[in-house]
Amino acid sequence: MQETSGQSRWHALTPWLFMLPAMLLFAVYVIIPIFQSIWISFFDWDGIGDKVFIGFGNYAELLEDPQFWTSLWNNVLWLIFYMLAVPIGLGVALFLNQQVLGIRAVKSLFFFPFVISQVIVGVVFSWFYDPSSGLLQDIIGVFGFEPLPILASESMATYGIIAAGLWPQIAYTMILYLTGLNNLSPDQIEAARMDGAHGWSMLWKVIIPQLRPATFIAVVVTVIGALRSFDLVATMTGGGPYGSTSVLAFFMYEQSIFSYRMGYGAAIATVLFLLMLLYIAFFLWRMLRAERG
Amino acid sequence: MKLKTLLTASAIGALLMSQASAGTLVINSNQSDPAPKAAWGEIIADFEAANPDIEVRMNEYDHEGYKSAIRNWLVTSPPDIVFWFAGNRMKYFVDRGLLEPVTDVWSDNNMSANFRSTRASMTVDGEQYGVPATYYQWGIYYNADIFNELGLSEPQTWDEFMTVNQTLKDSGYTPITIGTKFLWTAAGWFDYLNLRTNGLDFHIDLMDGKIPYTDDRVRATFENWRQLIDGGYFLENHASYSWQEAQAPLLNGEAGMYLMGNFLTPSFPEGSNFDFFQFPQIDPNVGMYEDAPTDTVHIPARASNKEDAKRFLAYVAQTDVQTKLNLGLNQLPPNASAEAGDNTFLQQGLDMLSAADGTAQFYDRDTDPAMAAEGMKGFQEFMVNPDRLDAILTNLERVRQRVFR
Repeated sequence: MQETSGQSRWHALTPWLFMLPAMLLFAVYVIIPIFQSIWISFFDWDGIGDKVFIGFGNYAELLEDPQFWTSLWNNVLWLIFYMLAVPIGLGVALFLNQQVLGIRAVKSLFFFPFVISQVIVGVVFSWFYDPSSGLLQDIIGVFGFEPLPILASESMATYGIIAAGLWPQIAYTMILYLTGLNNLSPDQIEAARMDGAHGWSMLWKVIIPQLRPATFIAVVVTVIGALRSFDLVATMTGGGPYGSTSVLAFFMYEQSIFSYRMGYGAAIATVLFLLMLLYIAFFLWRMLRAERG
Repeated sequence: MKLKTLLTASAIGALLMSQASAGTLVINSNQSDPAPKAAWGEIIADFEAANPDIEVRMNEYDHEGYKSAIRNWLVTSPPDIVFWFAGNRMKYFVDRGLLEPVTDVWSDNNMSANFRSTRASMTVDGEQYGVPATYYQWGIYYNADIFNELGLSEPQTWDEFMTVNQTLKDSGYTPITIGTKFLWTAAGWFDYLNLRTNGLDFHIDLMDGKIPYTDDRVRATFENWRQLIDGGYFLENHASYSWQEAQAPLLNGEAGMYLMGNFLTPSFPEGSNFDFFQFPQIDPNVGMYEDAPTDTVHIPARASNKEDAKRFLAYVAQTDVQTKLNLGLNQLPPNASAEAGDNTFLQQGLDMLSAADGTAQFYDRDTDPAMAAEGMKGFQEFMVNPDRLDAILTNLERVRQRVFR
């Protein structure tokens, strides 16, 4: 009797023991820094001098800082246009999901941009866009257009960066959908075919609903990717021209690392954190509701 | 948590340092590019040979990473020597008590005489806080072949400069190349236009946040700048290019002039015909002031081996060492008794700076970093959209009031 209860206590404890190292690391490197960061956002601090408590001063300043609103708006643009990766990735996956000789090699080529580092993607696209010698200018030159200084124009630069970001992101969503397509239930497709579904109706009513888990992951990673976009902005424009392509993550980096304003940077980080929290809460809520049926 | 880690790390560091023999000198350097690295390597080898009781340990960092890393060491466990910049950049650390005064090194080695031109930029409240190792001039580098072809000579006044620009433009050349992608190149133009329009005292007051950016005298500077923009004299799409990429039009013979520091000159190909002139005078009543960024060596206040560090500083200040170091760096020795390298750019730079009425460091070294970041963005925006000047200046003024409150 006693032995069993001891054993069941062990059973209850074991998972926690296994999780302990991960939880410790997660607490030290993620949870605690989040609260530290929020705490720092209430101070005026250059990183080495004295901290001066200013309450919500940093947040009040954010509201009247045009650079904050530009960055926030650019994050919204990223959220909207980065989403294109989901349908395009699905399209590419459907296209590549066939049994042809050498299709594996083709698939890996399509997957290639996701493997290379974002920084490299940024550099490649900067050269591609270069107004004096870039490939893009040669292409539009064929149609008689003047060179387009995409990254130097405040109206085009953000879209130029998002386009560069879509390249690897499409590869990512494509891979998610390809694995999803492998797991389709053949019976359902067979049954649907017997009932006379093909083409669009097959896609919309049979295939895509079965791809729900893949879509879910694709949307989540794309939204998070859009909110944390940083590498491309840093390598392609450095937030320029004159801050017009900055996003919140880059704005935070610039303020804390280059302008030595840790408190202000922490305030930006907190805003970004709240945005992500809002979105994640919404998604968890939807997911739980869907699971309950 | 973080503080504790830092404290532990610095305690361990201090322990290790006290264990090392008293003769170890730790130097953290940002001179990691090939040429500076080689030049400093020689100097340090010479120093070790001259001081057999001292063993130097050199840690190299890339130039940009160094700027944020130094802030961590200075407050925790610093090396014995750090490389840094004169003027406001230095003062920032001095104000926080992080750098050791080395006034005795100056007085013991008669440095005030030899380093007259840079003394002010190394002094805070009457004490010197480091030794200048090297500096270089700014000015306009130009393609002499194009100038000869069009019969142009080096302009000395603003009117002559505008004529040169217009002639170059009419002949199908880009008068002035510039790449503003990383912003600081535009600050070079602001510095010179403001120094020539309003003079050094005004410029330094503006850098120190004592004058509003909306001041009419600041506007006068921008009006002069605007003449160049409206004339279409700057390279098109300059916001797409880095300063290196903007060299291409100059080297290809498509552009005539480039306002730049002397570090541009190693890019000129062998046998090419490039030359240099001083930024032209705008107002004859205003002196000829120059940008001359100075790189310096300092002793952190918490360094463990200050005695040997002072010997190193004195060594760097020596006339023969300054000559040798700056030959290797292709820059100018701040020590007036030392000799500059035997090439036309260095010689012209030396003549120009010795005759200068005063020098500034550079926009992003002279003003607060937060102000500099916004200011340089504003300059780039102005160069692309000069009509937005009012909005730009209003924003800069808002930043100034916040930064210098």
